Order: sequence, then structure tokens, then C-alpha cells
Amino acid sequence: MPALDLVPLLPEVVLAVAALVLLLLGAASERRTRTSETSGEAAAIVTPLVVAALLVAAVLAAVLDKTPGLVLGGHFRFDGFAAVLKVLVLVAAAASLLLVSSYQEDERIDRFEFPLLALFSAIGMSLMVSAESLLGLYMALELQSLPLYVMAAFQRDRLRASEAGLKYFVLGALASGMLLYGCSLVYGFAGTLAFSELAAQFGPGAPQGMPIGVLVGLVFVIAGLAFKLAAVPFHMWTPDVYEGAPTSTTAFLAAAPKLAALGLAVRLLSGPFADWAPQWQQVIVLLAVASMLLGAFAGLVQTNIKRLMAYSGIANIGFALVGVAAGTNEGIEAALVYMIIYIVMVLGAFGCILAMRREGRYVEEIAELAGLSQRRPLMAAALALLMFSLAGIPPLAGFFGKYFVFLAAVRADLVWLAVLGLLASVVAAYYYLRIVKLIYFDPAAEPFEPPAAPGLQIVTALSVVFVLGFVVVPGPVFAAARLAAAALAR
Amino acid sequence: MSDWPLLSLTIFLPLVGVAFILFIRGEAEVVAQNARAVALWTALATFLLSLMVWANFDPTRDGYQLVEQATWLEPLGIRYHVGIDGISLWLVLLSTLLTLVVVLSSWYSVQERVKEYMITFLIMDTLMVGTFCALDIVMFYIFFEGILIPMYLIIGIWGGPRRIYSAFKFFLYTLAGSVLFLVAIIAMVSEAGTTAIPELTRYDFAPAMQTWLWLALFASFAVKVPMWPFHTWLPDAHVEAPTGGSVLLAGVLLKLGGYGFLRFSLPMLPEASALFAPLVYALSIVAIIYTSLVALAQTDMKKLIAYSSVAHMGIVTIGCFTANPLGLAGALVQMLSHGLVSAALFMVVGVVYDRIHSREIAAYGGLAERMPIYATLFMLFTLASVGLPGTAGFVGEVLVIVGIFNVTPATPVIPAQGSWVALLAATGMVLGAAYMLWLYRRVIFGALEKASLATIKDLRLNEIAAFAPLVILVILMGVYPSFFTDPMMPAIERVLAEIGASSPTRAAALVP
Repeated sequence: MPALDLVPLLPEVVLAVAALVLLLLGAASERRTRTSETSGEAAAIVTPLVVAALLVAAVLAAVLDKTPGLVLGGHFRFDGFAAVLKVLVLVAAAASLLLVSSYQEDERIDRFEFPLLALFSAIGMSLMVSAESLLGLYMALELQSLPLYVMAAFQRDRLRASEAGLKYFVLGALASGMLLYGCSLVYGFAGTLAFSELAAQFGPGAPQGMPIGVLVGLVFVIAGLAFKLAAVPFHMWTPDVYEGAPTSTTAFLAAAPKLAALGLAVRLLSGPFADWAPQWQQVIVLLAVASMLLGAFAGLVQTNIKRLMAYSGIANIGFALVGVAAGTNEGIEAALVYMIIYIVMVLGAFGCILAMRREGRYVEEIAELAGLSQRRPLMAAALALLMFSLAGIPPLAGFFGKYFVFLAAVRADLVWLAVLGLLASVVAAYYYLRIVKLIYFDPAAEPFEPPAAPGLQIVTALSVVFVLGFVVVPGPVFAAARLAAAALAR
Repeated sequence: MSDWPLLSLTIFLPLVGVAFILFIRGEAEVVAQNARAVALWTALATFLLSLMVWANFDPTRDGYQLVEQATWLEPLGIRYHVGIDGISLWLVLLSTLLTLVVVLSSWYSVQERVKEYMITFLIMDTLMVGTFCALDIVMFYIFFEGILIPMYLIIGIWGGPRRIYSAFKFFLYTLAGSVLFLVAIIAMVSEAGTTAIPELTRYDFAPAMQTWLWLALFASFAVKVPMWPFHTWLPDAHVEAPTGGSVLLAGVLLKLGGYGFLRFSLPMLPEASALFAPLVYALSIVAIIYTSLVALAQTDMKKLIAYSSVAHMGIVTIGCFTANPLGLAGALVQMLSHGLVSAALFMVVGVVYDRIHSREIAAYGGLAERMPIYATLFMLFTLASVGLPGTAGFVGEVLVIVGIFNVTPATPVIPAQGSWVALLAATGMVLGAAYMLWLYRRVIFGALEKASLATIKDLRLNEIAAFAPLVILVILMGVYPSFFTDPMMPAIERVLAEIGASSPTRAAALVP
């Protein structure tokens, strides 16, 4: 065995090198332009390079040899699952950055640190889906989280953004504490951090079953991950952070990190604790049910579209967790399909939200969308389609995610969970429909300014094409999810 | 000719029209005119294609015809699978015809957002035809549920004053029923391991499971039909929807429920169908009598016709669960005749609504003086709705009544309560005659006193063109019903064979 085989980690290496170089480049170019009032010049150079680095890393992850292998002392693992999720997470992060650059400029927070923080967070996410030990899990998660805290408070002159950042940080730190405590319990009772050794200890034919301490530790770890996923009852930060943080951060936060956290949870549960599904299944079921119901009902009364997206995200994580709760390989596949479709929709939705700009100001009230169809028919159609898709109405993409997730649940004898979830989706349909109603049925308000940024338009358009075209070509998403899930089957 | 993918062409041709309309640019007036023209030609071409389907359909053959299959959603085992039999053939034709009629009848009456209007109706066309042709249960659900999107927009954008409330009620009510259907689909698919409708029909589900599946399916279809007490969305949706929306809602969408019973509930879950048949009878009778009485009390023309729809669909649901050839044929004919007649009646209301902008019965009176053609057409459709012999309405009702009398010996699965059901259902028809004729008298006869009616104009050419096919078909179906029933019979016999094929001992255990 070679001393240090970094080839499987090539995506992260590229990202890390890019991050360091771009940090220097940004600092240098900002010093040069500091005298002038515009600070955006450095960001204008750094952002495209960060996007390029993310895409290069994604391509690398896609083409790397997918035979499973351990790296960095066995703390990380590269396999089909890691490859698929890395591609998705990195592309989602790049798409978010493309979406938000015009917002950053307009709000005068287009500092070059923003894309770099996003890049560091992306490294964390990329490592998360590779984690193969409790230590790797924790480090990757923290690397992903810390930049996000800063990004949430990026608009430092605004009270709400600072509040959001602080809230996110304090609660996030609490969650990290729980996670770490859980890890320490597992380590204390099992004597190992590595997933493979844990699997060997608790696998079939294990002599004494799972010690209670490990179980308690596992619950703490799940709680910490649920916080990152914004699953009820660990969702409290979500609406406030979504609303208070600059929309650019929210758009970033809502897509890639969710997928990475789900990937991490799946890796943990189906790896070392796969044979103890009945033990953790009930915890996941509880999280799923509570998230679906709270997300559906609490969303009904929201007036701020970012808050609405927060509750919508909570409900959607609930649906994805239904797949995880099934405890089968098919369930994991379903959860991944669901999340892929969801993050594409969410990126499109934020593309529309970031185009809600009137008289030089970004607006966030849902009511501002009134009569959009008469002023901006294309944006109206895009947002309406995304909303119908989020509501899970066929033939749009969102339906297929729901179908697959509930199919997995029914096959795992969780029929009641499927019924409950689908009824929750009817409740949630109301708030998506309300947006369509505003767009199409209500008299027109003042028009929005036309969006200048091509990045935003391209990402939104791609998302809508995906939502519409999924019914025609559903294969690739399912194939990717199957490839990923197959790597986890032991 | 027969090697053409005729059904797929019929299903997806309207989307080509949609693509063309999307690319129309220019001044508002020109855009509207071109959108109308494109929609008309597309709807016409689609209708002609569906006639080709009919021409290629062999009425003597059993089983699904013009079947097309392709791999589609491999990981979930869902295939692209379409085909028709005697049950769906006429419903496909009804959908394409009514879309054409809607485009014609709204030529002048819709002036706002014409482009979007035509797009939504063409999408409806695709979804309706797709629903009836789908032979894969998940594909069926996709079309079936997808209809909600254009219909929600139709009611909400071009509807009346309370359109928003009605659109939400329609959407959420139907969705709530449908998601239970989805759970049932998922359960059936994971139990039987296939999504193909013909294979699911052959699969024997355990009786206990059948009960639950049947109830879940019932939740969806009973809302669609709609059966009392799940009908409350219908008067709201009908009243607020624009004429075109009401035409498709009454003409085609209500048929989805009946079609669902015939395609899924009966042949796939025969034991449970037998178990619940008395429930269906009871609810249908309540629907027939109660909603007829409610219709008598209406002051709004559209609402009256909406309630009459609920009553007429009660006949359909009774017919579906008679489980003999007469009753099933009666249910299908009643669906077709209701599809034509209620669509025509909503257009009849739409004609005067466009001129006076009131749906109140009290706002009219003595229209016969100034609108003779209109009065004649209205008369014809009123009589057809009442069930006068020689019109379409009669055939369906009489077949169902005879069918329900016949329930006992040939079909041991269904308990014998036939004569009571027949008696009560027939009572409802008397009430039907009362409210329809009374409506006709109040609107058409009497002296033309109201000042607002003094200058009202008779039918325009486009309106006559829209009514013409409906008139012809209503009479044809009345005087030569076997023209329509003959192609149905092989399919109906097959459904009955499925019911008979299910184990009689198991059924006997279920039926008290």
C-alpha cells in the first residue's frame, strides 16, 4: 500500500488548492482596488473561478475509478455513492453561486470572500459524503458548517442578517456538541471510530447485540444530523436563518448542504448500523412524520417567501426521510432520487425569488408576486411549474420523487407512513397553489425589474427544463441513484 | 395504416399545437386570432385522428387494441403502454370532440388571455385522451392527476367572481381523494409486482386487502364522479368555471370516476366490489333523489345543471355495480349521453351568459321570441336530459334500470336488492323532468318583458357549428343505440368474466 494515495481525493485536492490560490488572488486584487469605492472587482474575478473549480472537481469525481477504497488513514472512503453525491453536491454549489452573483452585487456585499467561503463549505460537503469514520464525519461536517455561519451573517450591516448568523451559529454549535457527544459514546462503548469496524462488531452474528450506550450515542448523532437537515424537532433555526440571511446565502444553504447531510446520514445508518435498522428506524420515522406535518401546516400561514421555502424544505426533508426510514436499499435510492429532484426545484425557485426586484430593492413578500403572469409571463410560468412540481403534481418531476419514496415505504410495510405523508402533501399543496393563484389569478402589481444576470436566468431555465422534461427522460436520475445506493449495499 | 402509432399521435398531437401557439408573437389582437386558429386546426386534426382510431378499431375483437409499448421508467418497472378497448374508445372520441367544440364555442366569448386559454385546453386534450388510453396504472395516474393543473388554471383565470375559492376547492378536494388512490396504486403494484393494467386485472388480491384498496380507490373516484356526499366541489367549480371549463368538467372529467370504477374497482377488486355494492347503490340513490330536489330549488342556471349532473352520474354508478351486461352498457351509454347533453346544456347557458352576463334564471324569460334556433336547441337538450325516448338520455337510463332489475341469478356476486334500487332511481328521473322542464319554461317561454333582453341576438355561426355535432350524436344515440353499444360489448363481457372468474366461495363469504 502506498504511503499516501491521494488519487481518490482528487476532487477535494483540486478544491483545496483552488481555495488557497483564490484566497491569495482575491486578497491581492482587493488591495489593488481598495482605494476605489467598488469592492466587486475581486469578486467578479474570483466567483467564476470558484464555479470553474467546483465543476472541474465534479468532473473529476465523475470520472474517477469507482472501486471502493479508503483514504487518509481510513477516515474517508471513495466509492460509487461518494462519486455520485460529490458530483451532485458540487454542481449544486456551483449552480447556487451562479444564481446569487447578481444579488451580491445589487446588495453591495459582493466581496470575494463569499464565493470562497462557499468553496470551503463545498469541500466539507464533498468530504461528508465520503466519511468512513466518526472522526471523519465530524470534521467534514464542521468544515461544511463554519463557512455557512459566516455566510449567514455576511450582510453585517443588517441586524436581521447578524441575528440569523448568530442564531445559526449558536444552535449549530449546540448540534455539533450533541453530535460529538454521540460520537464519544459510540467510541466509548465500541472502542472504535471506523465504520467498517463498527459494522463488524454489530453485524450479523455479533455476539451480544448493540450495547445500550452505542444506541444512545447513535441517537445523539442522528439528532446532530437532523439539525443540519432541518428535520423537526431540530428545525427551529431554519425559518429565521432562511429569512434573515441574505437571499444569496439562503439559496446556497437550501440546496447542496441538505443533500450532503442526507448523504452523510445515509452513509452512517446503512453502513455500520445497517443491521440495526429496527433500532434507528423508529427515530427516523418520527423525524419524517414530524417534519412532513409541521412543514405542511406551518407553511400555510407564511407571508414571506423565504420563510415559506424554509417550511417547504422542512416538509421535503420529511419526505426524503420516509425513504431512509424504509431501511432498505430501495429506500435509500428513493431518498436520493427525491433529494436530487428537490434540490433542482429549489434552485429554480430561488432563481425566481432572486428575480423579485422592484425599484432597486429585493422584495420577499409573497404578495408581491400578484399578477406576475401579465408582466413577466416566462418567469410566471417557470415559478408556477416549480410550485406545481413541489406540490408533487404529475407529470412534473416532483411527483416521481414522491411516488418512489412512498413505494419504498409501502414495500417496507410502512403503509400508514405513506398515507400520512401523502395527506401532508395535500395540505402543503395549498401554499404552493396560493403562489400560483397570486401569479395567475390576481390583478397585476408593479412589474419587477428585468433580471440582467445571465447566470440566474440559465440556472432557472435549466431547472424548469428538468422539471418539465423529467417525465420524458427519467432514466439518468434513477440510474445515478441506483449506482450510489448499490455502493452502499454490503 | 395500422402500423402507425395512432394512439400516441392522438395523445400528443395537441402538444404540437401548444408549441406552435407558444411561438406566436406580435400584437395582442393578431396573437389572439392566430392562437384561435392554431387551436382549432389542432383540435380538429386530433379529432380526425381519433376518428382514425375508431376506424381501425375492430369492434368484434376482445381485448386491448392498437396497443403500443415502450420502455420508459425502467427502474420502477413503469412502461409506456397505451391501448383501447370498447370501454375507452368512445370516451376518447368524446374527449377530442368536446375539445373541438370548446374551441369553437369560445371563439368570440373569450377575449382575455386567448393564447393561454387555448394552450390550457389543448393540454387538457392530451391529458384526457392519455388517461383513457393508458394501460399502465402509474401512467394512468399521471394523466389523471395532471388534469388538475390546467383545470385549476381554467377555473382560476377565466372563471366568475368566486373563482379563486372554487379553484382551490376543486384542486384540494380532488387531490385529497387522489392521493389515497396513489397509495392504493403503490400497494397494488408492490403486491402484484407489475404496473400493467391487464396484468393487475388478472391478479387475485386477497379479500382483506381488496377491502382497503377498494375504499382507497373509491375515495378518488367518488370525488371525481362525484357521488353524494363528496359532490360539494362540483356546484362551486361548475358555476365559477368559464363555459369551456364547465363543458370539459361535466363532459369528460366526471367520466373519469365512472371509468375508474369500470377499469379498476370492478375487475381488479371484484369481491370488494360485491361487498360494497349496496353502499354504492345507497349513495347513488341519495344522489339521484336529493340532488334532484336541490336542483329544483336553484335560482342559478349553471348550478341547476351542475346538480342535475350529480343526479345523472348516480345512474352511472348504479349501472357500474349491477355487474351484468345491460347495466354496464347502460352506465357507459349514460356516461356518453351525459357527456354530450350536459356539455351542451352548459354551452346553452354560456350562450346567454355571454350576451347578458347573468346566470340567474330570473333574469331571463320569453327568449323564444328573439332566439328561435336557441330555443329549439335548448328544448332538444332539455328533453335529452330528461330522458325522452329517441334521445341519448333515454337509452342509458332504461338500460341501467333494466340492468338493476336483472341483478340476481346470473351474477351471484351481487346481492338482490334490484327492484328497490330501480324504483327509487326511477323516482329521481321524474324529479329530473320536473326541474329541467321548469327551467326551460322560465327561461324560454312567457312574455319577453325584461329590457335587457330586448336586443338579444340568436346563435352565431360558430355557436351553431359547435352545437351541430352534439345534436346529431344525441339523436343518433337515441334512435340507433346499438351503433354505440356493439363495440362496447366484448370489453364489458371481459369485465364481467373477471368478476365471475374470482373465486365464488370467497365472494360468498363476503356477502351476507
